[in-house]
Amino acid sequence: MSVLVNKDSKIIVQGFTGSEGTFHAEQMIEYGTQVVGGVTPGKGGQEHLGRPVFNTVAEAVEKVGADTSIIFVPPAFAADAIMEAANAGIKVIITITEGIPIADMVKAADYIKHRDCRLIGPNCPGVITPGEAKVGIMPGFVFKKGTVGIVSKSGTLTYEAADQVVRQGLGITTAIGIGGDPIIGTTTKDAVELLINDPETEAVVMIGEIGGQLEADAAKWYKASGSKKPIIGFIAGETAPAGRTMGHAGAIVGGSDDTAQAKKKIMREHGIHVVDSPAEIGLKVKEVMGK
Amino acid sequence: MNLHEYQGKEILESFGVRIQRGIVAHNAKEAVDAAKQLTAETGTGWHVIKAQVHAGGRGKGGGVKLAKNLKEVEEIAGEIIGMNLITPQTSAEGKKVHQVLVAEDVYYPGDSETSEFYMSVLLNRATGRNMIMYSTEGGMDIEEVAEKTPHLIFNEEIDPATGLMPFQARKIAFNLGLSGTAFKEMTKFVTALYKAYSESDASMFEINPVLKTSDDKIMAVDAKVSIDDNALFRRKKYAEMRDLREENAIEVEARAVGLNYVDLDGNVGCMVNGAGLAMATMDLIKMAGGEPANFLDVGGTADAKRVEEAFRIILKDDGVKAILINIFGGIVRCDRVAQGVVDAYRNMGDAMKVPIIVRLQGTNAELAKEIIDKSGLAVHSAVQFQEAADKVKEVLK
Repeated sequence: MSVLVNKDSKIIVQGFTGSEGTFHAEQMIEYGTQVVGGVTPGKGGQEHLGRPVFNTVAEAVEKVGADTSIIFVPPAFAADAIMEAANAGIKVIITITEGIPIADMVKAADYIKHRDCRLIGPNCPGVITPGEAKVGIMPGFVFKKGTVGIVSKSGTLTYEAADQVVRQGLGITTAIGIGGDPIIGTTTKDAVELLINDPETEAVVMIGEIGGQLEADAAKWYKASGSKKPIIGFIAGETAPAGRTMGHAGAIVGGSDDTAQAKKKIMREHGIHVVDSPAEIGLKVKEVMGK
Repeated sequence: MNLHEYQGKEILESFGVRIQRGIVAHNAKEAVDAAKQLTAETGTGWHVIKAQVHAGGRGKGGGVKLAKNLKEVEEIAGEIIGMNLITPQTSAEGKKVHQVLVAEDVYYPGDSETSEFYMSVLLNRATGRNMIMYSTEGGMDIEEVAEKTPHLIFNEEIDPATGLMPFQARKIAFNLGLSGTAFKEMTKFVTALYKAYSESDASMFEINPVLKTSDDKIMAVDAKVSIDDNALFRRKKYAEMRDLREENAIEVEARAVGLNYVDLDGNVGCMVNGAGLAMATMDLIKMAGGEPANFLDVGGTADAKRVEEAFRIILKDDGVKAILINIFGGIVRCDRVAQGVVDAYRNMGDAMKVPIIVRLQGTNAELAKEIIDKSGLAVHSAVQFQEAADKVKEVLK
């Protein structure tokens, strides 16, 4: 088992023929991911990386049975691409694009709410189920197969956590990069819930950062669920000043309840094993799972 | 991107929001001319001189003053322009005032009492929708109101599919206790304000106070407006309003070369790929006994040119005693980054005056360590995250 993506996922790349889309689609194919085609409006009928190019997502769904999409479309057009995928019946929409205007995402988030699909991101590294499918921009070799699920707002910090977990002789079921924007499709709680309910996942690493209430919501859900699967947590940004955006558009301390300190406190209160040092994530996972 | 009060008001007015009128002045003489012109246009007798800086609480710091005649306009404007305005929201040194807004007096006596309200428009991150937050307690620090009298703060969430509906505008006006002309004026005000917000790609409007005048007009007396940085590409007119004097000089330079940099007060500079890892690295520096001097995300292409640019930006801060480079090489190979660091270091020559700790992990990490170690440069290398922290501790001794 795994969540969101696996060896049977039929994946299309939106923004297929652009430089980002091409580069990462190549990497995904090399990893063994089932990429069944791509979409670039106006280039339908061509072939790219040995896969068919379609004008619309609907056409890709109809012709090659696509059920998962990864979006590399530039920020100005990305929200439209998300809505197109949802409209065409894509079930899992993974949006890598960084820098989508907030007003566009307010509309896209509302649009997909009424449709049977799940959005991951935007501004995220994607999702990987080791050995089955890499639907993202992460370095595949870091993620060895195992029983630890990862949920994270950040890209490289996810790779760091996965690497530490693997160095402890453990591995990953699925790693979900949920993204660092103020509006994201799948929240920390949503992703944690997916992993806790996955029979193969034995522990979850939850990596958050300053800004918003997502980690607190996840912590509250976890305690209420009564789950015995351990969660190991880290929050980045203890040293970040209030009122400043730290790289990710959503990483900004607005009040006293969205600081790293406040989040860690509420996570601890709800039974999450929180580490203060980002260098100790792997050690903690090993320690908690060994109990 | 934050704007000045006068720029925010300009945007509001362009969407039909009634504002307290004013004219910008850069010196005392301009202020007097502005006051004369404003009197001719609005009939105002008194004038309010308001410092234009990006900080709240300007009144508390002496940056907003009433002038009852032209002589006072000249005196007060002369006093405020050029001062370092210290408010609860600025640093201890304050912010230099380059310009003032000479505004009409809108608290004139009349048939009814004036009253002040609070109103902001912003994104509710929990629901992914915009909301109008408002209160009968205008002119005060809203955080204080939220703490002491939370029942006096109301939220109205906007459905993205319909936008603000008339019933919502009416509800707001009722909740603010208005009736008659003032009620109608408020519904118009709220409607125009939300239109302005949704059509300007704003990320925040804060109008404090919204004033009901003694003749039942509703207007924005102040305006704090932020535009979504991600939307500036399609709001060129607003992008041009950016006042670089209000921003940290090093941050402005970093942005010009495409680096995401935030200046901090510490002694250990850092250069990291990825925002989350960058924050985590800052935290680790603190745990190792240092203080982060900056946030810096170099992004995916950490080649020699980019590393050198980042070095130069970090070293502009005199407080930096060491630099920690932390790169998790995934698709970017660590040996390439290592070579980039070595080349950049050599290019810097004598300009490189602090110890460097380089931690490269990921693809070809061991090869990268070898490149650093064999370079003969005063660069400490590490592979594990904890090792890097230990090295920071060492060089700070």
